Amino acid sequence: MSEATTGIEQLANREYRWGFVTDIESDTLPPGLDEAVVRRISAKKDEPEFMLEWRLEAYRHWRTMREPRWANLRYPEIDYQAISYYSAPRSGGAKPRSLDEVDPELLRTYAKLGIPLEEQKLLAGVAVDAVFDSISVATTFRDKLAELGIVFCPFSEAVRDHPELVRRWLGTVVPATDNFFAALNSAVFSDGSFVYIPPGVRCPMELSTYFRINAAKTGQFERTLIVAEAGASVSYLEGCTAPMRDENQLHAAVVELVALDDATIKYSTVQNWYPGDKQGRGGIYNFVTKRGKCLGRRSKISWTQVETGSAITWKYPGCILQGEGSIGEFYSVAVTNNHQQADTGTKMIHIGKDTRSTIVSKGISAGQGQNTYRGQVKVLKGADRARNFSQCDSMLIGERCGAHTFPYIDVANPTATLEHEASTSKIGEDQLFYCRQRGISNEDAVHMIVSGFCKEVFRELPMEFAVEAQKLLAVSLEGSVG
Amino acid sequence: MTPRDDAPGAAPGAGPPAMLEIRDLRAGIDGREILRGVDLTVAAGEVHAVMGPNGSGKSTLAGVLAGRDGYALTAGTVRYDGRDLLQLGPEERARDGLFLAFQYPVEIPGVSTVNFLKAALNAVRAHRGQPALDALEFLALVRDKLRLVEMDESFLRRAVNEGFSGGEKKRGEIFQMAVLDPRLAILDETDSGLDIDALKVVARGVNALRDGRRSFVVITHYQRLLDYIVPDFVHVLADGRIVRSGDRKLALELEQKGYGWLEGATARP
Repeated sequence: MSEATTGIEQLANREYRWGFVTDIESDTLPPGLDEAVVRRISAKKDEPEFMLEWRLEAYRHWRTMREPRWANLRYPEIDYQAISYYSAPRSGGAKPRSLDEVDPELLRTYAKLGIPLEEQKLLAGVAVDAVFDSISVATTFRDKLAELGIVFCPFSEAVRDHPELVRRWLGTVVPATDNFFAALNSAVFSDGSFVYIPPGVRCPMELSTYFRINAAKTGQFERTLIVAEAGASVSYLEGCTAPMRDENQLHAAVVELVALDDATIKYSTVQNWYPGDKQGRGGIYNFVTKRGKCLGRRSKISWTQVETGSAITWKYPGCILQGEGSIGEFYSVAVTNNHQQADTGTKMIHIGKDTRSTIVSKGISAGQGQNTYRGQVKVLKGADRARNFSQCDSMLIGERCGAHTFPYIDVANPTATLEHEASTSKIGEDQLFYCRQRGISNEDAVHMIVSGFCKEVFRELPMEFAVEAQKLLAVSLEGSVG
Repeated sequence: MTPRDDAPGAAPGAGPPAMLEIRDLRAGIDGREILRGVDLTVAAGEVHAVMGPNGSGKSTLAGVLAGRDGYALTAGTVRYDGRDLLQLGPEERARDGLFLAFQYPVEIPGVSTVNFLKAALNAVRAHRGQPALDALEFLALVRDKLRLVEMDESFLRRAVNEGFSGGEKKRGEIFQMAVLDPRLAILDETDSGLDIDALKVVARGVNALRDGRRSFVVITHYQRLLDYIVPDFVHVLADGRIVRSGDRKLALELEQKGYGWLEGATARP
């Protein structure tokens, strides 16, 4: 394996391509968190009273909570008073109404990131919201979507323009007091995306948000809420990148999804936060709470995630399957290379009758990466005939990485059917040799084998993003295989 | 070419230039020497059978020639078209026209045969200075080659070797060989685990690729395969050395007498 390992490692050692810093004037709060900071954030956003109260309640609860340490992750104590909780590009404060008003430097940043902000991308069918540090800077195609009654806008605008919707749904899936990081987010979140699909409407294009942390010593706390009314459907994709910095940066997001009768929400993530350098310096601490509620009958929520970035990943996108016959899905590829650590998986909570869930998790570890799958399948008493299928596969590349699987299964209904399959494989010396004997380079062979391993997940992604995800996978494993 | 009984593996005197020249090759694994001085010369267009009992070093020879990791090469030289083969990585050897049909073809889940083979062929073509084939050209080529091994197109969409029967795997190897168009093909016990019908299909595939220029080293335990792939030369590998070389008659003799009468005959005068 030695030669193979070297090659895999060479692959993994290519540089992070999104590590640039944009030189832009920012309006940044000094580090530290107290009630006054929460009030200032709310004031900066011109929020109605109910929002401020909600934040303060979250903050007060957060102060009574302790950071969870049960995950299979090792990192030093986070000093929450050393972080700035608000940073906005200064020009962003003026709330651009169209792309022409957005700071050209910002647009150049997004161009570098390959984000399709220009109207010409209308043809590609992607509407984009872009969140830079804490502020949403541009949302494309809103008018076209508005004709259908679809709301797709920065969260802060939704609070202002659609307070009744926000008030009705905010915190109904992830309450402000849900967990330490969710409470922190609820107190200080500064922006994010809001999507509302009215009854019977199928969103005609992919909706997409790109998150970018730029400012130093700043946390990013965005909040996304997607509501699909009865018979509605939407496919949403988020992507994320950050500059390379030696210190760790905190990212604690919350995503809430609500699907009513016969509604479908497909949520795809390509997460590529800065993972830190080869020695494990720097990188994003990614503590994220994502949850969907299948409130309506026959509703469906599908999570697809490709996690290649971050120094630490802590996230468990889950589904509460409340409506009868509702469906939850979780498809995940998580890559850890160098010193990255991921503790990720899902929670499927079966409440309604005839609910079904599918979990497909692919963990890939290279370098000294540690990859943990942690998943819970819970079937409550009333969930007659609930079904779950779980498949957790791990692939190890090299000798110094680790893969761990912690499935929790909790069934209170005798008519439920659960299947769990798990495998761990090493990227085979035999497979690599076979490919190379056919003339395929070691690097290409690794990509091919790993892509094959992840195929079941990639095919769940919208097509153009599947291509992107494969490339990203290749980049994050560069230097890891030989 | 006339067979030479007297000089095992010796260079053909006035024959065509050697494609493969193995001299005193010694190789082992985990501190144990397995090849203990192999000499073998293969000229362009020739078919050489290497026979031998289990443990004689046949698969090690194939592995060393193809560049598999894990062998300690302690002595000897291998020249391929005049170049030092042992200095090349496995993919370089492959692109240069050396093909190994695996005894145990490897499964690659999730990777379709068509994508795998396209990547391989285009890597080989790039090395030859040829442009990559587009999807249509590639498909036309592989369809043609599939017929050679009597496989249907659904085979292309299946993951590489995954869930293949023994016969499908071996036919798959010959199919890949036909697509990649090598100059030197090493068949490592391609007959093992095949019933007679599959064996005939494989042999027909190989024979169709005999064109007077391509060379073959056919490694086998049994002479049965040589009823269908008729070799120009037969060599017996025993205890890490080629102990006897001859023509087809040697293979038939082996079938009658077994390997026993040759073992211990390694000290050749």
